This record gives sequence, C-alpha cells and structure tokens, in this order.
Amino acid sequence: MSDPIPWLILLPLLWGLLSFLLGARRGDQVAVVCLVIQLALVALLVGQVVSEGRQYYAVGGWGAPLGINLHVDGLASVMLLLTHVVILPLGIYARYYFSHDVKGVGYFWPMLGFMSAAINTLFMSDDIFNIYVTIELLGLAAVGLVGIAGNTESILAAIRYLLVTLLGSGVYLAGVALIYGSYGSVSLTVLEPLIENEVSVAVFLAAILMLVGLLLKTALFPFHFWLPSAHGGALTPVSALLSALVIKASFYLILRMWLGVYAPLATIPTAQLLGGLGAVAILWGSVMAFNQTRLKMLIAYSTVAQIGYFFLLFPLITEVGSGAAEIAMQGGVIQLVAHALAKAAMFAASGVMILSMGKDNIALLSGISSRLPLTLFTFALAGVTLMGLPPTGGFIAKWLMVSSAVISGQWIWVVVMILGGLLSAGYVFKVLRQALLPAAAEMKFRPVNPPLEWPAFLLAFMSLSLSFVSGNVLNILGAG
Amino acid sequence: MSVNECLLLLVLASSLVPGVIIFFLPESRIRLRTLLNLTGAILKLLLIGYMLWGIQHNQIYIFRHNLLPNLELVLKVDALAALFVTLSAALWLLTTFYAVGYLERSPHRSRFFGFFSLCVTATVGVAMAGNLFTFFIFYELLTLSTYPLVVHRGTEAAIRAGNIYLIYTLSGGAVLLVGIIWLYSLLGQVEFIYGGVVAALDSKYSPQLQIIFLLLIIGLGVKAALVPLHGWLPQAMVAPAPVSALLHAVAVVKAGAFGIIRIVYEVYGVEYSQSINLLTPLAIAASITIIWGSLRALWQDDLKRRLAYSTVSQVSYIVLGVSLCSPVSTIGGIVHLVHQGIMKITLFFCAGNYAETLGIHKISEMNGVGWRMPWTSLAFCIAALGMMGAPLTAGYISKLYLNQGAEIADQMWASWALTASSILNAAYFLPIMYRFWFKAQPQTWVQERIHARGRWETHGLLLIPPLVSAAATLVAGIFADTDWSPLYWVKLIVKREYLP
Amino acid sequence: MTGTLIYACVGAVLFVCGVTGLILLPHLLRKVLAFNIMGSGIFLMLVGLGQHDNISDPIPQAMVLTGIVVAVAATALALAFVRRLFYLTGKAQSVANLKSLDQTEEKLITMERNKEGDASK
Repeated sequence: MSDPIPWLILLPLLWGLLSFLLGARRGDQVAVVCLVIQLALVALLVGQVVSEGRQYYAVGGWGAPLGINLHVDGLASVMLLLTHVVILPLGIYARYYFSHDVKGVGYFWPMLGFMSAAINTLFMSDDIFNIYVTIELLGLAAVGLVGIAGNTESILAAIRYLLVTLLGSGVYLAGVALIYGSYGSVSLTVLEPLIENEVSVAVFLAAILMLVGLLLKTALFPFHFWLPSAHGGALTPVSALLSALVIKASFYLILRMWLGVYAPLATIPTAQLLGGLGAVAILWGSVMAFNQTRLKMLIAYSTVAQIGYFFLLFPLITEVGSGAAEIAMQGGVIQLVAHALAKAAMFAASGVMILSMGKDNIALLSGISSRLPLTLFTFALAGVTLMGLPPTGGFIAKWLMVSSAVISGQWIWVVVMILGGLLSAGYVFKVLRQALLPAAAEMKFRPVNPPLEWPAFLLAFMSLSLSFVSGNVLNILGAG
Repeated sequence: MSVNECLLLLVLASSLVPGVIIFFLPESRIRLRTLLNLTGAILKLLLIGYMLWGIQHNQIYIFRHNLLPNLELVLKVDALAALFVTLSAALWLLTTFYAVGYLERSPHRSRFFGFFSLCVTATVGVAMAGNLFTFFIFYELLTLSTYPLVVHRGTEAAIRAGNIYLIYTLSGGAVLLVGIIWLYSLLGQVEFIYGGVVAALDSKYSPQLQIIFLLLIIGLGVKAALVPLHGWLPQAMVAPAPVSALLHAVAVVKAGAFGIIRIVYEVYGVEYSQSINLLTPLAIAASITIIWGSLRALWQDDLKRRLAYSTVSQVSYIVLGVSLCSPVSTIGGIVHLVHQGIMKITLFFCAGNYAETLGIHKISEMNGVGWRMPWTSLAFCIAALGMMGAPLTAGYISKLYLNQGAEIADQMWASWALTASSILNAAYFLPIMYRFWFKAQPQTWVQERIHARGRWETHGLLLIPPLVSAAATLVAGIFADTDWSPLYWVKLIVKREYLP
Repeated sequence: MTGTLIYACVGAVLFVCGVTGLILLPHLLRKVLAFNIMGSGIFLMLVGLGQHDNISDPIPQAMVLTGIVVAVAATALALAFVRRLFYLTGKAQSVANLKSLDQTEEKLITMERNKEGDASK
C-alpha cells in the first residue's frame, strides 16, 4: 500500500461495515484501531505532498474524462489532516461516552465509518459530479448520525436536516447539469481554463445554483435555521463531529471553487455580499447563543456565528493585493483548523458536564468547577480559542485576518472581526461564570468515567498549541 | 539554545509549572501546594537576581522564536524589564506568604493558587516581552487569568464586578490589538528598541501614527486606569485581599503603565512623539486622572475602595512622569513604578488584615484600631505617609523627581497638579490615621475572627508581609542614593533611553 | 427548439415545482415526493443538456444512474425517519414546530422540579 489515497476511502468503508457486523461491543475497538491507521496514512500522504507536491490518483487506472481523478493539494492536505486529528480523539471520546449512555450505539460506528469515507473522498475529489456524490453521502451519513438517538427531538432534527441537505445537493446538481451542458465536462481541471475564456448566462446561473446549494449545507445566515436543532439535538459526539467537520466540508468546496473554476465570477460585490452575510451571522449567532438556556444549543449557535467568520475571508481575498490575499488565506485556514479543534473540544466538554448534571441546562452548572475542573478548563480553553485571544490558534488566525484587512484598507471587516471576538466572549463567559459559582445545596453531580475528560482536553490543548505550529500548517498549505 | 535563552524560559516556567500542577492537586494537599508555590517564587527570585548581575555586566538576555514568517515571539530582559520583573517576583513571594495565611479556611484554594501563579507568569511575560506581539499575548493572558480571581468568592457582587472587569479589559485589549496590527502593517515588525522605531517612517504617515498612538494608549489606559477608563478598578476590589494587593495594585495596573512606557520610549521614541504632539495630551490626561482619582478617594467610606481610587491617581504619576519629556521626570515616573508598588501592597495587606482579623471594612469602623493592632497600623501609617510624599519614605523620592522634572520641562501646571494631589492624599489618609490612634475603641469589633495571642495581634503570616513591605518603603527612601536602590537602577535605564 | 432542449426545459419546470413543494408543503410524505420530483427534473436536465446534435452522450446517463441510486437511498432514509416520527408522535407534519416542542419540554422540566420541591417539603 504505497499509495495512501485509495486506502483513505476503502478503509473507513470497510471498518464501517465490519463494525456493523461485529456489533457495538467489538465494533468500537475496530473503529478506533482503524482511525489510528487512517491518521498514519494521512500523515504519510501529507508528507508526500510536502516533499513532492500535489498528488494524483486515477481510480481504477482510468483517468479523466472517462474515469474519476482524485487529487490532493495543500489545502486538501490540511483538511484531511485536520479531519483525522479531530476524529480520532472524538472516536475515543465516543467509546467512553457510550459506556454512560448506550442509546443508538449500534448505529454510531458504521455511520462514523461512512462519514469518514465520504469526507475523505470529498476533500480529494477533482470533478464536480463526484463532489455531488460525496456531499450527498456525507449528508446522509450526518443525518443518520443525528437521528441515532431515536427520540422525538432528534428525529425531528434529523428530518429537517435531511430535507435541507437534499435540497442543497439537488440545487447543486442542477448547477452541475448546466455546466455539463455548456462545456461537456465535469472535471475541475478541464473546466478551469474553459470558464476563464467566456462566462455565459448558463454558467452564471450554474455558479449561483451551486453556491446556494453549498451555502445551505454550510448554514451561512440566513440558511442557518436547521443547524441549531441538528447540532444541539444530536448525541454529543455527533454534535462535535458535525460542528467541527461536516460544515467545513461544504465551506471547503465553496472556497476551492471560488479560487479555482469560478475565479472569473468572484467579483467584489459578490465577495462583499458573502462577507456581509457573514457579519450578520456573527451578530445574530452570538446574540442567539447568549440567550440560550441549554448548553448545547449555546454551542450550536456559536457555530452559526463562527461560520460567519469563515465568510469574512471572501472579501479579504478578492481583488486585493497578492500580499494581503495570501495573509488572509493563511488566516482563514488557521481559523478553520482552530475552530474545528475548539468546537470539537467544547462539545465534548459540554457532553461530560451534561452527563454529570443529568440535564442540559446552563443554570445547573454552578459548582461544576470543583467537580470537573479539567473539563471546565477544557471548555475555557476552547472558548478562548473561539474568542481569538492569545495564546491560542484562534488568535493567530485573527491576527492574520485583521492584518490582511488593515493592509487592504477594509476597515469595516476589522470592526466586524474585533466586535465578533468580544461578542463570543459574552456567551463563553456566561457559561464560565455560572460554572465558577458555588454549588447549590441540593445539586447532585453524577460521577463520570475519568477517561472521558481527556480526549476533550487533548482537542482543546491542540487548539492552544496550534499557535506554535501554525507555521507548519501554513507550510502544508503552501505545498502543492 | 544558549544558557541565557534557557534562563528566560525558566523565569516564566518557575511560576507556570507550579501553577499548572496546583490546578490538579486535591484541595487537601495544603503542604505540597504551599511548598510548590514557595519553591517557584524563590526560584524565580534567584534566577532574576542572577540576571540582574548579568545585566550590569552587559550580558544580553534575548530569546526569539519564529511563529510565522514575519511574526516573532521575542522575550528579552533589558534594564527596564528587569526592574518590573524584580518588582513582581519579590512581591509575589511576599503575597504568597500572605495568601497562604489569608485563605487558610476558604474553599477552592487549588483554583485560587493555580490562577494566581498564572497571573504572575503573565505579568513577568509582560515585563519580558521584546516586541508588541509578545507583549499583547501576555497582556491578554493577564486579563484572562485575573478574571477567575475577581469572581473567586462567587457572590452576586463578585460576579457583577467580574462582568465589569471583563467588559473594560477585553474591549481595551481589542482596541490595543487593532493599534498593534496597524503598526505592524506599517513597519513589519515592532520590536522595543531604545529611542523608538517609528521615526524611520516617512512623515506622511504621521497622522496615521497619531491615531495608532491613541488606540494604543486607550488599550493600555484601561489597565493603567486612566480616567475615564478606570471604572473597573474600584469594582474589582471585591476580590480577596491578596488579589487586590498584588494584582490590582501592582500587576494589572502596572502592566498598563509599563506598556505606556514601552510605547513612548521604545516604539515611538520621546523626541519623535513630542514632535508629532503626542505627549502633552497624554500628560494632561494623566494630570486629570491624578486629581480625579484623589478627589473620588475622599468620599469613599470603604477602605479598599478608597485605596483603589488612590491607585487610580498614583498610577498616573508614572504616566505623567513619562510624558513630561525630561529625563528627570522620567526617573520620577519609572521609579514610582516600584515605589508605588511597595507602598500600595502594604496598604492592601493592612486592609486585608483589618477585614480578616476584626471584620472591619469601613473607615468609620476603625476608631482606635491602632491600639488593638499596633503593628499593622504602624505599617499602614508608614505606607500612607509615603503616598503623601513625606520625607524619608520612597514616595518622597518619586515626587521630588517628578516635581523637578516638571520644572525643567517648563510645565509648571504639572507641578501644580502634583502638589494638589499631595494635599488631597493627605486629606484622605490623615483622617484614617487620626481614627487609628486618637479615637476610643468600641466595646466590640465588627466580627473578631482572630484573637490576639501574646505579641501576635493577628496570624503571623498575615502580619509579616506588610511589615516587610513597610520596611522596604523606608529603606527605598532613606537609602535612595546607594547603588543598589531602585532609584539607582532607574537612573541606569533612563541613561540608556535618552542616550541610545 | 430541438427535442433535447424540450427535455431540459421540462426538467427545469419539474425542478422548480419540486423545490417549491419541498419548501412549502407541510406534510412530510409530500415533501419526500417533492424531493423525488425535483430529482427527476434534474436528471432530465442532465440528459437533455448533455446531448448535442442528437447523439446520445453516455456520460450524463451514467451520472443519472448514480443520481438515481443516491435518490433511492435518500428516499429510503427519509421514509424510515418519517415512520419513526409517526410512531413517536402520531403525526407526520412539517417540522416547523420544534420551538413548541422545546417549550413543552421546558414545562415538563419545571413540573418535575416542582414535584421534587413538594417531595422535599
């Protein structure tokens, strides 16, 4: 297995099936072992990208236009590495989580395998139809994960999520049809020079359809309506996976097409529109997060706000000087990584607290600081990352993005980013403050399995130490 | 990595590592916790002592780590940094003793001491930061690690104070960040260098530089409690006494004032900042703060709040000295960084002793307390006299240099402001002393928690630290002319700042 | 208008109908049907637009086959969820009432607390 690319797709599919056949009891061991192997494979692949440049793989030996091409460049490497660095601790977390709460465990591991396979393929895809297939698979696996708890709330959330994701990928596929009709190809590599030559109405329409479809899945304001119930209502390991990784997948696609095939259409007004929606998302998401009474809903709304941050990237990379654009791009990618790590840590930590409290209610948190100090510390670290304060990876991201905005003179986005950081401090400290209060006399905390706390802490610690390795991340980004 | 580089990291680690370990210690491991704290504090002092020796022998202590291309983490200890590091490390040791005694029976001590050590790490980091980026990292870390200490008691008032504290400091930090990033976008890197670095820029940038200066001063002014950004400081007094003593009287406000020193001297440069008219407005703001803080202090009945407003006023002495644009006033300003720290920590220790021993929080309850707690009250009086600028105390030296500096710089209004403030200082401290010694004791104290035993008017660990710091106030005043006094060291710094 | 373009236009109309239905219809089963109509519309567009000069192009046909498989799987998943929801609540209505569900849950929690309070008295 000299070439890791096909194994990154086959292995998760295989262990997904195997863990279904073995059942939850032994399936989880297989899953965790295979996740470790996948991480090693990704490390190998990233090593190849850094040393040799972009990697290609033609599935079954059939190249484009007949077959399917897979390719891995710098951005895809970062995303793959991020996925596996997040998914492995969450897998370990889930093992211990289900020792407290077994409902739905039978479906979790197979779904996780399928999700992992879909997201790996998505990052490596090089044609727009293959991308459709992968986002659909990713969506179905994610919906399945939301629904595994099987109670009314999660089923309702799953159905709503399912309908949105089907609508999103349907609209996207309509765009693909228009593109194929215009150019007779779906390969990104083939399309890129073609679109550069002329932009017809059909292509313009296709671009809008594809963008809207992907925005629906990324849950940018005003398409965010499905996200809080899905992310807040699912089982905690699932919430962490969805918030940390699944929304990043569709954002990754928007970013790639923005920089790649649709670069001629990426104009300042469009970029400003996306940035504006991002700004509203930051404001709305933060205010809504602050008003929540349930911890997981608060974190879910925080995701809505943080998605807004990602979209501020577009005005910063569009038609500005190459220096500013490069810095913004670096900042945006660090922001993606930092958010994924911090949000996974935050959901995981909240899951521990909720298990201990027995209910998901912020008002009951008082006294948790002496019961679960490590978990509270995890939550705080993740919160600091989200606020973009030093010494975390979130700070490096904010520094780079604000620098870029200052260099290109876009002061409005500077204000938005700074204000967004302060707003996120508002809802993070709402939780921390409650947790630092002395415990109510009648409150009884249940004991939790101590190993449950460590994967969450590991994730938060990585979001902190990201600031020291961000140079390495940018090296990977710059390769290939 | 050379020995000198390791030394810098060790100075940080000597409080960070014990802090992290303490977080995970169970509440009952009192001995181990105290041992860790003291080991860290003493180790830090030893390391710093070694570095002080090195600096005098022209050793260079600098550590660089590239986070990103164009983004460096720089730690360095120059003469100015050494002054602040020494101050915080010495007072940390003293406060650790005090805190061990003060928190003897209270809950959540692991959390308290953990964050306490983290705060000290952040303060030392602020002092050792070699460029603005590094400075900002530790500056914000200081905000984050002091918050849990402000809300430590978990009462309604503590939570409210914590909210106000966060709103002020986080907003200030955000403004500071914008200023720093703007400056970085103009200069690439902004290291602290004697004489400043921005003078190299073309003169067409001076309007931008003025705005940036304003942003930086607003950001730093929140922590330095410049009026009207001082609102958090009196509120934060709900924190336990050791926190008020070390952090709010020394670490946090000094971090702001220290930042202003760095900005004026080592980023903008005195002459350049004077040439684009930045220093006079700053001096006026500082004077207003000095008067306003003293005036507000007059009306406070709560002892700690009166001390807090006094801090607001006193910290601006430093800013005033820095912005008067004469070497003599600079000496006065920087030496006040140390002197104010020693005197104010004494006052807060004493306030804590009254509260912890007799349950006294208000000045109106202090009649005759001098006869019940003579040693504490003696320490209080020495420090209060120092604050007024009485001869033989450290405060006299600061005021002497500040006044002379104002005269030399031909800005007599500043001198008037200082005199007015001295009168006000007397007006709010002398009545307290009068109550101590010349009013009759009440029948019973508010809530006597610790009873006198023989010679000990209160717990030994509570009594010794204020006595030590009060003695230091006298020593720094009487022996100001020797070549191991803070004044001598400050003269060394100023010589380097003005003659780069 | 050539024959293939007619397919594409009909596909576009079906697509719009499907999207409208998916958004507006309250009953979940109808939403699932609307999704299928939307899917069929897209497939017609793919095949219709992909054919130039009346020569049939195999690639869009292969895509449509893949698309159909995906759509069948999605429909099956949707139906399974709707059945489960019907089993739990006795309704298969639109999901816009999540908020009221939250409120009822809040009520349940407060009732439970009151009960606990009474018991402790």
